[in-house]
Amino acid sequence: MSFHPRIEYATFHRSERTFAELGEPFTYTPEHQAQFNEVVTHYPPEQRKSAILYALFLVQKQQGYITGASMRFVAEQIRCTPADVEDVVSYYTMFYTKPVGKYVLNVCRTLSCALLGAERVTEELSAKLGIAPGQTTPDGMFTLIEVECLGACDRAPVVMVNDDGWHERLAPEQAATFVDDLRARGYQALTGCHLHVEKK
Amino acid sequence: MAFEPVLTNHVREPNAFTLDFYQSHARGYEGLRKALAFQPNDIIEQVKASGLRGRGGAGFPTGLKWQFVLKDTPKPKYIACNADESEPGTFKDHVLMERNPHLRIEGCAIGCYAIGARVAYIYIRGEFLHVQETLERAVAEAYRAGHLGKNIYGSGFDCDVFIHRGAGAYEAGEETALIESLEGKRAQPRLKPPFPAVEGLYQCPTAVNNVETLCNVPLIVLNGPQWFAGLGPEKNGGPKLFCVSGHVKRPGVYETSMHTTLRDLVFGDAYSQGMRDGRAFKAIIPGGSSVPILLEKDLDTPASFDHVQKAGSLLGSAGLIVMDDSVCMVWLAMNLLHFYRHESCGKCTPCREGGDWLYKLLMRVERGEGQMKDIDLLFGVANNIVGKTLCAFGDAAATPVLTTLDHFRHEFEAHVREGRCTLSADWRARQTAAAGAH
Repeated sequence: MSFHPRIEYATFHRSERTFAELGEPFTYTPEHQAQFNEVVTHYPPEQRKSAILYALFLVQKQQGYITGASMRFVAEQIRCTPADVEDVVSYYTMFYTKPVGKYVLNVCRTLSCALLGAERVTEELSAKLGIAPGQTTPDGMFTLIEVECLGACDRAPVVMVNDDGWHERLAPEQAATFVDDLRARGYQALTGCHLHVEKK
Repeated sequence: MAFEPVLTNHVREPNAFTLDFYQSHARGYEGLRKALAFQPNDIIEQVKASGLRGRGGAGFPTGLKWQFVLKDTPKPKYIACNADESEPGTFKDHVLMERNPHLRIEGCAIGCYAIGARVAYIYIRGEFLHVQETLERAVAEAYRAGHLGKNIYGSGFDCDVFIHRGAGAYEAGEETALIESLEGKRAQPRLKPPFPAVEGLYQCPTAVNNVETLCNVPLIVLNGPQWFAGLGPEKNGGPKLFCVSGHVKRPGVYETSMHTTLRDLVFGDAYSQGMRDGRAFKAIIPGGSSVPILLEKDLDTPASFDHVQKAGSLLGSAGLIVMDDSVCMVWLAMNLLHFYRHESCGKCTPCREGGDWLYKLLMRVERGEGQMKDIDLLFGVANNIVGKTLCAFGDAAATPVLTTLDHFRHEFEAHVREGRCTLSADWRARQTAAAGAH
């Protein structure tokens, strides 16, 4: 008996990856170019490729996601082939090859968070936003993604917003208000990482 | 006897992360100053004598690791500090980096001196951007004060510390995968040998050390190896951070000696204070998601590398995940296999394909659509991953299945018999619960 007919694949964003569109021609802003040039000096001169993750983060910071043209640009900067760049882009989960919302809600789904209701958080967010995990709302405000352990298990359930926002102890019942709050007040709606916040 | 924390004693104070505080309250950078007066080899001998074991998961003696770093070579040497903390249930380095960043920078510098490296790379996971800010500020402070850079304290020793941001890959926590990622490639492990100590970063000798490991080094240099070894059971010396999460009243990071029992960590007033909502204890994963489960009867085991191993599990990264009686063990294995299936780097077939099949089988059993033979199949697939992959990830992925089958086979059988999950807790997704009920 074959397994296939009765088992559906779970949906998660990584399996939905397709080839990136070519997009508009890309160059760094002078500020980003200067940052890149600085970081390259951290590595031996013949090891420019070490800066590739940093280079891609800069692209993403500048235009939100990574296009084919920007991969070619990064390849020129790094002095490798575009295929080398795509190899890296397609491996790491924090790089997006299609547009994402203004707020990317990365809900931790691994054990410690799940024990305290992360599955319910995803369900509530999904119901509130009207999208499934991996999708973006039509108004381009929110993308919902389930991610694996974020390393803050004592403050479960944890949600990372984009890559620089952090929200801890989001109870499922608060999920709907959390979305409204985020829409209204932006990052001020977030608790931040308690370790980072308390020291200020 | 209460244990006096030495790594996290100041973490609750607001300015603990600044250089001023570190130097005025924690004898900051005195360890580095003292270390530079010794020969590099003496530092390695001291670390060996202290019995410091790697805090990242394997518990390998750090002194030996440094000793193995190839000395007679014209190539540069490197320290790679593993701050890619992604083992589920582990969040100790998060605290150390955010609240005590200078200790680790000092550790990196001493490590560099000991093995003859001039550059240390701190590989921090991409999700920790807020931690990275703190670290970058601390590194800049250290440079300004002359603790890093050229000719430190006039000793002729140069040391640079750079921060390298990852981009979301659990596998990058494996030492050779971390090196690959540092080189700008996919984080996939290498065939060993050659070990990183011989051919690591850029084919040069490299020592890869966990954050907590390096944080202990300045303390060993300052207080001596005997002091360090005396803090814990034999061969398990020193302070240890334990991360407790899950169904406990007070989850968090607790620093104590490895004499402390698991029961104390879970139920002790000074630690997690017992189970939430008056529920009963069911099981504990003592060392991050990759290690076997322990039960109530094992709780009196001291939380040391050797004792936990004797009890049938591993201390690993000391991430204790505590579960109460509302947790379905099939669901638990399914949750963890979702993790391993997603994070498998895809290099070795047993792990890449096996993890996927395990997840599918578990999903079928959890939904109540499984058959008795699926349980044996789970066992078979898991056993065919163990020991057949380049890195320990394969074993880690098979462990949740093997350990739940070992202790809770009756729950798997109940799922098959009753055609549903018998334990659908309110914190679980309603959809899965509904799917299990039909």
